[in-house]
Amino acid sequence: MNALEIHKLGKMYNNTKVALLDVSLEVPEGSFFALLGPNGAGKSTLINILADTVRPSSGSISLLGHELFLERAWCKRRMGVVPQEIAFDPFFSPREILRFSRGMYGQKNDDTWVDELLERLELTEHAHKITRQLSGGMRRRLLVAQALVHRPKVVILDEPTAGVDVELRKRLWDFMRELNAAGTTILLTTHYLEEAEELCDHVAIIDQGKVITSQSMQALLGDVASSSLYLRYAHTLQLSSQDRAALAGFYPRINQGQLCLTLNKLGETSNFDQAYQLARQCFGSPLTVTVGQEDLEDVFLRLTGEKKSEKQGGTTG
Amino acid sequence: MRSFNFIGTWTLFQRESRRFLRVKMQTIVAPALTAILYLIVFRYAMGERSVPGLDVDYFSFLIPGLMMMAMLQNAFANTSSSMIVGKIMNVHVFLLMAPISAGEAVFAFLAAAVLRALVVGGVLLLVLLPFSDLSLAHVWMILFYGICGSLIMGSLGLIGGMWSKTFDDMAMVNNFIIMPLTFLSGVFYSVSQLPPFWQAINAWNPFFYLIDGFRHGFIGTGDSDPWQAIGAVGAMTLLSIMAAWYLWHIGWKLKE
Repeated sequence: MNALEIHKLGKMYNNTKVALLDVSLEVPEGSFFALLGPNGAGKSTLINILADTVRPSSGSISLLGHELFLERAWCKRRMGVVPQEIAFDPFFSPREILRFSRGMYGQKNDDTWVDELLERLELTEHAHKITRQLSGGMRRRLLVAQALVHRPKVVILDEPTAGVDVELRKRLWDFMRELNAAGTTILLTTHYLEEAEELCDHVAIIDQGKVITSQSMQALLGDVASSSLYLRYAHTLQLSSQDRAALAGFYPRINQGQLCLTLNKLGETSNFDQAYQLARQCFGSPLTVTVGQEDLEDVFLRLTGEKKSEKQGGTTG
Repeated sequence: MRSFNFIGTWTLFQRESRRFLRVKMQTIVAPALTAILYLIVFRYAMGERSVPGLDVDYFSFLIPGLMMMAMLQNAFANTSSSMIVGKIMNVHVFLLMAPISAGEAVFAFLAAAVLRALVVGGVLLLVLLPFSDLSLAHVWMILFYGICGSLIMGSLGLIGGMWSKTFDDMAMVNNFIIMPLTFLSGVFYSVSQLPPFWQAINAWNPFFYLIDGFRHGFIGTGDSDPWQAIGAVGAMTLLSIMAAWYLWHIGWKLKE
């Protein structure tokens, strides 16, 4: 069964701005699902519709086989959402907030689970402080704890690690992995693509309110990923529109300071020479040249960039 | 069929009650002090005179009006401040995400508003009673008007909180609508002292019936017809609760 089935979901703000356009997605039960997209792609709108803080304009969603818009209460009890924006009740301590959160989901207090959550999210020593006294990272971890306190079957995390340091991020993901291994479906959005690649078994990329691709991570990196040419220069490169035009066939982009050019789909004939010569004409000789398989970040940049250039072409053409 | 989320409603009621109990100085002690200050000022300004048209001394006339005014303002403050703080701090999303229906949410918010109003009213009664020879003529009327008034104001506070985007919006509702209506509703004077035109206008002020009826419960007499007042207040209570429920249900100003 799918944990989530989203069918032709649409959202238009103020009858003018299209945020989602016929988005259809399937999130398998028990999966660790990455929902990726550039800023403004519609990820948060999608999550806010799931969370019932934004109304959809069209479409339907089912959660574990139940219609979300018809059986809200049933679905809400099985869903935990970490909103992107930090929110905290200034009157109460983390422990009180967790107790209230659990109660509002219709569940009796469970101090053992609350203690465990506080401990796993490293909030135990701050459990009695008023939330105003917590740092940004602590408040974000508290949001994660709030989403988990009623033991949901589907956990939705909208940028849960923004502003959380590397070490804590790692421990947070270890915890999420454990929950996932125990059967919880996890849907997350993140800008840390290496983390998504490492953690998730499924991935969907959305841009400008549309789904560009949705498949297993293995399939995406196996079938969609191409081999790429990575050229490192002594100076930081800026891609002018002229450079983009000259290298158009190779989806030029800057990734981690390197110029990346897509050569071909894996297994197809390489056009290495042509790409290398064109790059030299534009930027001169590079310091290092590497050929490798694209990682998730490359695929993401290429697919979202690819779409943008299509649109630009469409507009000018 | 959806079952009633009893634990959720109870939890929300507890949250909304603890919020005001946590800042007692502001929510209970301050209204009591304000009422005492009013009493002192009017006591010396008005002396021993009695209220025309009603066979009662001014002090006994003033105390129930001040109590009710404080109760109404506190019931309004409880729901409106929670809503506006929730919206500004973005905490209201947790309420929208939780499996709590509009009916459950409105019930919990209003129950907490009534509790706060009763606590404030009770404290005022205890503080002021020893200084007057006020009686409790009809306890049922005191409770009816006290609870209905708190429900109306709690509902209006919810609606005001949903509508407001900033603290300034909320202050505008409070200072330009709620305060004039409560001040001009016969707390400090008997409406029979007003010229006929203003008496007619006053008949349309819902707060007049609340304060007059509540006072009637103490002093055993009032400016309005008791049954007309009970009907008007009962209808207003139902109407305001239904309006708050409906607006919450459709997510008015809460969901995009």
